[in-house]
Amino acid sequence: MTWNKQDLLRQMVTIRAFEEMAEQLYTMGKVHGTMHLSIGMEASAVGAIAALRPDDLILSTHRGHGHCIAKGADLNLMMAEFMGKENGYCRGRGGSMHIADVEGGNLGANGVVGGGIATAMGVGLGLNMQRRDDSPGTDRIVLCFFGDGAANLGSFHESLNMAAIWKLPVVYVCENNQYAMSFSVKRAFAIERISDRAAAYGMPGTTVDGNDLMAVLGAVSEAVKRARAGEGPSLVENVTYRWRGHSKSDANRYRTQEEIEAWKEKCPIKRFRAQLIEQGALTEEEADQIEQEAYAAIDAAVAFAEASPEPTVETIEEGVYA
Amino acid sequence: MRELTYLEAVREALWQEMERDERVFIIGEDVGVYGGAFGVTRGMVEHFGQERVIDTPISEYGIAGAITGAALTGMRPVGEIMFMDFTTFAMEQLVNQAAKMRFMFGGTIEVPFVLRTPAGSGTGAAAQHSQSLESWFVHVPGLKVVMPSTPYDVKGLLLASIRDDNPVIFIEHKLLYKIRGPVPEKQYTIPLGSADVKREGCDLTIVATSIMVERALEAAAQLAEKGIEAEVVDPRTLKPLDEEAIVRSVAKTGRVLIVHEACRTGGYGGELAAVIAGSEAFDYLDAPIVRLAGRDIPIPYNRTLEYHTVPQVENIVQAARQLAQGRI
Repeated sequence: MTWNKQDLLRQMVTIRAFEEMAEQLYTMGKVHGTMHLSIGMEASAVGAIAALRPDDLILSTHRGHGHCIAKGADLNLMMAEFMGKENGYCRGRGGSMHIADVEGGNLGANGVVGGGIATAMGVGLGLNMQRRDDSPGTDRIVLCFFGDGAANLGSFHESLNMAAIWKLPVVYVCENNQYAMSFSVKRAFAIERISDRAAAYGMPGTTVDGNDLMAVLGAVSEAVKRARAGEGPSLVENVTYRWRGHSKSDANRYRTQEEIEAWKEKCPIKRFRAQLIEQGALTEEEADQIEQEAYAAIDAAVAFAEASPEPTVETIEEGVYA
Repeated sequence: MRELTYLEAVREALWQEMERDERVFIIGEDVGVYGGAFGVTRGMVEHFGQERVIDTPISEYGIAGAITGAALTGMRPVGEIMFMDFTTFAMEQLVNQAAKMRFMFGGTIEVPFVLRTPAGSGTGAAAQHSQSLESWFVHVPGLKVVMPSTPYDVKGLLLASIRDDNPVIFIEHKLLYKIRGPVPEKQYTIPLGSADVKREGCDLTIVATSIMVERALEAAAQLAEKGIEAEVVDPRTLKPLDEEAIVRSVAKTGRVLIVHEACRTGGYGGELAAVIAGSEAFDYLDAPIVRLAGRDIPIPYNRTLEYHTVPQVENIVQAARQLAQGRI
């Protein structure tokens, strides 16, 4: 499989632009509710999803804007959802924490830490049952994102075990961003690498530099290959860092500014951009162009969302039951 | 008509639907060669294979995740939680995920599964294997809650539940598994949200759920000997609720006794009472609405104590007589 590296850069920059705008809209009082920003973690989302086929499925987290964009979401519909509009992906019923693009294979962000880990196992079970070796395209897989905090929930244990005993086509991607809200991984784990837990379930576990897009892509591609071949699930740990607070109420009391600044030096976007330029895959001008286009696309999405209609109260009870 | 036990009727519904629809499968603890803790799925793994009758580790949260996720891919899973008490492990997936997904995602997705689980006391299994937790699920928008009381109903309601495009909590009762009744061999469905008048009467209405329907009918027979004609109404599905059928009956009799096994406080009887009191039946009421329910205690082990924890036939007879004779 070959990748259009310019497109991967474009995806990362688009995520950054979306989230910077999200933050700005929030500050301007244009957004009702909270949100969780993945600024600084873009390589994890883009690298992991680049390893998938378009017809593969993902389950995302509360910090899911990046996953949604990398899976190919329409920025207008996404921004409209973020702003609670009727023509957003979820008719304004979900918001930042529940954006889903079912047609695009994104089975949703999730407000519950660890909630998607079990659902993803079930998705893997369903895909596996519909797999026919004589029918191309039935070898779809599911990739499930979750954070370091979720790895300490019972759902992690039950689901990884079940996925492993049935050899389900699931790729578990743990985005270790160092903190479960305020609780450091150093205090939450007695082990160095979360991926070490994979051994307990009889599946491969790998830890990679989550700010290195190609490293993420390489590790997840291996896991995807294994899942698609019917050999079972894998656990990939992307070590990364969230620059912003957990949510909008976070005063960063649990970490130092120096620590945050040190991680900003490891910016995944800057790094990938420099790599591409160094490799001659991209010129400075082209890179600038990509950034400008990404930010322009976000501006257009905001204009679309702002011009979009609010849901009407008459429709409030729709969609509870099929 | 041919008779089956309630347990056999559940199995027949599962069997026939798995023959008819390859998307349907069974998943739960010991549902394979063991046949399920109560034997409901006995013989099924031999016929349908391990791919469609799936034994799981003791992971109720995982079972709930398995059926939720598989449903999202277009399958129609039927999960089994061995005792309703253990649904406590599965609540996050059922309540936060399965129930809300369709609404949260703007109606773009369906979660068609059935979660079967046996509830109820009477087996000496004490406090952690005897609960009736239906009210918890009724309180969650997005879930449907079904509580069949007869072999005929359990087959028709289970088939309807499997074909429903929503997550359905299907509550069986351990003591009902052995009761017999007429069950057609052919497939038939009973629409969710349709109550059934199990016995007609003019002196009072008894609204009862699950095993209490059986006890209410026995009580009604005894009451008839004393000249009191009780009408017994079984909601069959708690959500959606056939309010009209209940209101109609109460408007006819003017007196209503609500009977369920679950603890009284916060129990479904409160909801039924409120529905009746807020309806046109209020004008026809000749007496206060009476609730007869389980005591607000955990189910005790001792046989006598257990017996006296939940409504029995004689309690229903006594409450109905007082109500019918204007002593309440």
